[in-house]
Amino acid sequence: METTAEHKDPPYFLVWGVLFVLTVFEVFYAFAPIAKVWVAVGLIAMAIWKALLVALYYMHLRWEPKRLWVMAASPIPLIFILLVVVLKEF
Amino acid sequence: MTTLAATAGRSPMAGMKVYNLKLGMWVFLLSEVMFFTGLIGSYIILRFAHPDHFAEPGVVLNVPLTAFNTFVLICSSVTMVKAFAAIEQGDQKGLKRWLLATIILGTFFVGVQVVEYTVLSHEGFVPMADAYHAIGRGNPETGPAIGGPLYGATFYTMTGFHGTHVTIGVLCLWFTLWRATKGAYTANSYGGVEIMGLYWHFVDLVWIILFTIVYLI
Repeated sequence: METTAEHKDPPYFLVWGVLFVLTVFEVFYAFAPIAKVWVAVGLIAMAIWKALLVALYYMHLRWEPKRLWVMAASPIPLIFILLVVVLKEF
Repeated sequence: MTTLAATAGRSPMAGMKVYNLKLGMWVFLLSEVMFFTGLIGSYIILRFAHPDHFAEPGVVLNVPLTAFNTFVLICSSVTMVKAFAAIEQGDQKGLKRWLLATIILGTFFVGVQVVEYTVLSHEGFVPMADAYHAIGRGNPETGPAIGGPLYGATFYTMTGFHGTHVTIGVLCLWFTLWRATKGAYTANSYGGVEIMGLYWHFVDLVWIILFTIVYLI
């Protein structure tokens, strides 16, 4: 039997705990008395971290073939173009 | 993750080692990434261009309520993945139980969003409103006017499209549960549960980004 990947007992509840802690921390961090730019950078970093956890563990991307990884990552250059290049106008 | 044998009846795509239904769902989700990126990109550009239209975090939108709702959606991702894990082991009862839990949590999320929309619209925060008096939710009419039409338009567009996705997801979950009660899924054939899970987790993933961009920054 050919398999795409093998794994045992993914840490679903551990990931859930990390997502919960990050969400709570995000809410407090959003109102922290620090420069807005650092608030935004920190919040975006945490959001990306959470999104990666969902994709890697809940969507099982971690155990998928590398070619699917490449396909899943394919919109990233387009996202970069859309967000960063257009934002350069400001 | 998925054994190819577990998707009996569906031919794997040569080279990808992923069965076609799942590959199709991934392609669809990637198109959805670009759709939501377009919405978020527009929001960011409009916010940079017209900062006076947008309120500070927590002034108009109810952050604690939405943070709780975010947690509910995260919980629904856990129940969805547990449904998948259950059918992987051939646990029919577990599959149905976790699917039902996911439906309840998803419905709760949409319900809270409806309540949020209702409260906000009563305060005058509606799409394309010229200005609104949202400071001091208890007495919105006497608060200072803040914001502009872009805030309401972008907020309702982004959260509305996401809410629509969640609603469609709940309906699909009902269909998946109905099929599960008919014994459509087994330890050797659970592709439908897996692609349902992929969609549901994607919806959760998008909300994680939207919550940060729209409510916290």
